[in-house]
Amino acid sequence: MTQTIPMTAAAIGGMGHSMKRKEDPRFLQGKGNYVEDVNLPGMLWMDIVRSPYAHAKIVSIDASKALAIPGVLAVITGKDLEAYNLHWMPTLMSDTQMVLPVDKVMYQAQEVAAVIATDRYIAADGAAAVDVEYEELPVVVDPFKALLPDAPVLRTDKPGKTDNHIFHWEVGDAAVTDKAFAEADVVVKQDIYIPRIHVASIETCGCVASFEKTEGKLTVWMTTQAPHAIRTVFALVAGHVGLSEEKIRIISPDIGGGFGGKVPVYPGYVIAVAATVLIGKPVKWIEDRMENLQADSFARDYHTTAELAATKDGKLTALRFKTLADHGYADAAANPSKFPAGLYHICTGSYDLQAAHVEVDGAYTNKPPGGVAYRCSFRVTEAVHTIERMVDIMAHQIGMDPAALRMKNFIEKEQFPYKSVLGWEYDSGDYHAALQKAMDIIGYDDLRREQLEKRARGEYMGIGISSFTEIVGAGPSKDFDILGIKMFDSAEIRVHPTGKAIARFGTKSQGQGHETTYAQIVAQELGIPMAHVQVEEGDTDTAPYGLGTYASRSTPTSGAAAAMAARKIRDKARKIAAYLMEVAEEDLEWEPGKFTVKGNPEAFKTIQEIAFAAYTNHPQGMEAGLEATHYYDPPNLTYPFGSYICVVDIDAGTGQVHVRRFVAVDDCGNIINPMIVDGQIHGGLSMGLAPALYEEISYDEAGNCLGGSFIDYLVPTAVETPNWETDKTITPSPHHPFGAKGVGESATVGAPPAIANAVVDALWHLGVRHIDIPMTPSKVWKVLRDHGVTGS
Amino acid sequence: MSMKTVNFTINGEAKSVQAESRQLLVHCIRETLGLTGTHVGCETSHCGACTIHLDGEPVKSCTMFAVQAEGKSLTTVEGLAIGGTLNPVQEGFWEEHGLQCGFCTPGMMMTATALLRTVNEPTETEIREAISGNLCRCTGYVNIVKAIQYAQRKMHATPAPEAVLQGGD
Amino acid sequence: MIPASFEYVVAHSLEETVGLLAKHGSDAKILSGGMSLIPAMKLRLAQPVFIVDVNGVSGLEYIREEHGELRIGAMTREAALERSSLVKHGYPILFETAKVIADPLVRNRATIGGNLAHADPANDHPATMLALGATVVAHGPHGDRLIPIDEFFPSFFASALEPDEVLTEIRIPAPSVRSGGAYIKFERKVGDYAIAAVAVNVTLDDHDTCIAARIGLTNVTDVPARATSAEASLVGHRITEQAIADASRLAAHESDPKSDLRGSAEYKRDLVRVLAGRAIGRAVSRARGGSH
Repeated sequence: MTQTIPMTAAAIGGMGHSMKRKEDPRFLQGKGNYVEDVNLPGMLWMDIVRSPYAHAKIVSIDASKALAIPGVLAVITGKDLEAYNLHWMPTLMSDTQMVLPVDKVMYQAQEVAAVIATDRYIAADGAAAVDVEYEELPVVVDPFKALLPDAPVLRTDKPGKTDNHIFHWEVGDAAVTDKAFAEADVVVKQDIYIPRIHVASIETCGCVASFEKTEGKLTVWMTTQAPHAIRTVFALVAGHVGLSEEKIRIISPDIGGGFGGKVPVYPGYVIAVAATVLIGKPVKWIEDRMENLQADSFARDYHTTAELAATKDGKLTALRFKTLADHGYADAAANPSKFPAGLYHICTGSYDLQAAHVEVDGAYTNKPPGGVAYRCSFRVTEAVHTIERMVDIMAHQIGMDPAALRMKNFIEKEQFPYKSVLGWEYDSGDYHAALQKAMDIIGYDDLRREQLEKRARGEYMGIGISSFTEIVGAGPSKDFDILGIKMFDSAEIRVHPTGKAIARFGTKSQGQGHETTYAQIVAQELGIPMAHVQVEEGDTDTAPYGLGTYASRSTPTSGAAAAMAARKIRDKARKIAAYLMEVAEEDLEWEPGKFTVKGNPEAFKTIQEIAFAAYTNHPQGMEAGLEATHYYDPPNLTYPFGSYICVVDIDAGTGQVHVRRFVAVDDCGNIINPMIVDGQIHGGLSMGLAPALYEEISYDEAGNCLGGSFIDYLVPTAVETPNWETDKTITPSPHHPFGAKGVGESATVGAPPAIANAVVDALWHLGVRHIDIPMTPSKVWKVLRDHGVTGS
Repeated sequence: MSMKTVNFTINGEAKSVQAESRQLLVHCIRETLGLTGTHVGCETSHCGACTIHLDGEPVKSCTMFAVQAEGKSLTTVEGLAIGGTLNPVQEGFWEEHGLQCGFCTPGMMMTATALLRTVNEPTETEIREAISGNLCRCTGYVNIVKAIQYAQRKMHATPAPEAVLQGGD
Repeated sequence: MIPASFEYVVAHSLEETVGLLAKHGSDAKILSGGMSLIPAMKLRLAQPVFIVDVNGVSGLEYIREEHGELRIGAMTREAALERSSLVKHGYPILFETAKVIADPLVRNRATIGGNLAHADPANDHPATMLALGATVVAHGPHGDRLIPIDEFFPSFFASALEPDEVLTEIRIPAPSVRSGGAYIKFERKVGDYAIAAVAVNVTLDDHDTCIAARIGLTNVTDVPARATSAEASLVGHRITEQAIADASRLAAHESDPKSDLRGSAEYKRDLVRVLAGRAIGRAVSRARGGSH
């Protein structure tokens, strides 16, 4: 059975090689299997009736006209669910949210009733025919007003609740920080709003829920980034109606983009499950784009007053952020449970600050709940945007070049592992090298000269830098859990007798390429060619338990678990090899794919030979087989970083910002697949460009959602998106099994402040200090006109 | 509900289907014919995930009624590869990592295939304009542009060995 | 999003179309490209009872010069205008208009007739046709009727077409010597309607004096409209930078935009000034024989 198999890392598709993706052939031929592609015999369709009002009492729901339509089988309301105590559900942040309302709605587009019909067209007709009578209630849109004493109390369902305040959270030493500010030569202060946006993955959310009455088994195909956690949540929430965890199977098939938006449990999923259990037939629910944008979890919505202190020669000394978080009507943020503001306290960024104090308060408003990430680790984008804007403001204020100010204040390479004043232990970094590389690539000094010339001619050109530090890979079990479940993740590898392997994981790719990168890790660790490693995720009946894919955690957790499981297999393989060659284990040395007897390169056993022996000729007393499972509890988070430089030209006539160049130098430690990492960076940059210049969801005074369709929610096309220029430095993580860090979200975090800083840099000489994102033409035009510039 | 018989060819095969007047063409393709490679990403004709060829031209199948396909020739992503051989655009998307989640990919490739059929050597600007009716959230478009350029080179070079479908390496 | 039910019929001739329109009155809607109608139906903003599909009427897709006019069949797709070498070189303003409508996929279906008949002030062709002084041909029970474009948009979202008439052709006067046009649209991103756009067509005499000028505005008035005082300010003068600046200010003054997510009324009005200045400059350059 042995065959000559090349053992170099390149030949087997090991780490560091740009292997073409294993998952692509099905996607390229239209053979992907997304939730909407799942069709079952007898399947029914669900459509949802939604509230036109942001805050209203439900006077009555009349479903008679809907039920009269042939093919409409049921109309489910909150009262129906109340009978099973399923009308409310817990959020990940120990708050509660409605599945379907019994007495009032809390935001525009909230689910009010669900229509079950024999096809989607009839379900839509049914939804249009349900008559709901509302009585409007006063609407709270502004989170600052929500906290005023005379604001209407929104959560009247909470006994004794007398205001709209959700939580107060603070970190850092206030007294030390106050003292540092009092002693500072220069203090800059700025209100910064990071608006509500939506991940808008091109696939919306949906599910097919199927309950087999005879076996009592529920199977749900759903758009989820965390299938195992969902299974447990379903079991906990619906245990009282007979759903038991061993009888629940969640299948997360191919996912058309997640970005954090497919972490939460949305009411639609729960209603579909209730419907299949009640009716006994499979029920499909696929939301449309407007439902997706208007009702699913939002990201950001942080109002911050930021202050930064420095000496007059540009040594940063202290930071103070005070933030109000608008959570909508429920705190349904997708954070680790102990962190109401996520990892926002990474906000000291890449700088060696000695004092910092951060306060965050959460407020209820009449908006949809949420607080998901939009392709970033928990609230890191908010932190990085604010510190990077403040550093630029400080640089301009004291007349220092923004690059020089950063270089002066970076944490030095020698200081790692570095303990930040707000408590994080940064694992590794070399910030100076990344910024210098970006400056060299873009030709920073020449650009500054060009800028001066242009300014003299009345043209507006800006250069913006962002030197970010990300914090990803949640997380160590001592601090990180979701509803008590620790945030480890898993890998299970089985090597078959012929030396091929199947590997299963607790995570779930949504485009990140796990079927390829995980196979490369296994190839690297075991010497089995990646082509021979089948990767599976997303089926809770087969995959080992894990918390899923978001917050750039797959490589730091499940990727690490893959290496650890492979090493367990290698340990056993060593024993088998020693037995086969009749030598001591200590006499063997490993190179990818084989054990060789020290000093005798002709005497070796390949992993394929060993695998065969594990099933056919294993040592007496040893368990047969060659497989291992590992649940990896990371000792620390990983801290990828980078420096981005953006050049913009501003059209003074129209207010349009044109991104002329954008150089991104990223460092995510050791790289599994450079092609995929570049792709992740490109995508992340585009999702950084989007909120910087285009995307926002806002609300009018009546709580009407503005920007709730692709007409006004401006996802950039290829025309608006620049040709990203990417490069890397490599600083391995010292604690990760193969030195990698997460990378999927670095660029989303790092890009917006680079663009924002470039725009303000172009206009600083006019007296402009800050512009909130998105920097739309109309907003930039207003700033120009307010500063006396009339374009033509 | 009045059902109409609609006749058309799709991926070279003649079909006769029953369709309600209001049935969107994309639903006919996905649900009646089971060709689920064509996707739906919005209802306002912005995302292009539903792009197919109608008599050779790329159009958004979510913004047509199935009854309008009468007598037409349709091609979907399932019709791009012939006999298991990827077309140059599919090959380019694979080689250049022009896809991540794969959801926009069928529509994107339909647009790209039509572009290269009508324009011999599109510039980067022309490629970006041509795909501006297709939204992608994952790739940042850079590698999609490269994928189309790869296909362009391949189509206009001397016939090269075709990519054969096999995973990974 | 799912449209409400309707009855569908394919018309195979203009007579059949007109007959169906006469029979069904305001319950009927014509389906040409469908790029505005179908999304509106999916959102159930439009719920026509009866759809008359005119894609079956042959002979309505053409672009040709005859009788001193450019004649465009109403069912001509925007993509065809974009690809037409006649349009690109002879009527650059029309080329510039077609290529910024929605996105390339939409333009493969969208028709010039539909774009005008929808009478949406946010659509791009109305301003350009106003600038070009086009004539619209309507076919009704009594045959063809010629409607000057200046009379085609009588009120908000309404065209001058009678309920039993169908738009069949657009006629644009062939450009006179030393004339030039330009359409400049500013949008938030590809696929968006204009925040504002300006169409300009000017004719100069041998001494560079402007002898005719027409300026159309997009999405800054309740109905597609011209900036007539801006036009008047140009005619009879050499078009200097100052003259352009003055005309642009007048155009801005004549616009009546509404604040929305695209920007404040104040912004849009100033944008009309900026875009008008650029479009006049480009049109004049073309009239003088400069680069298109």
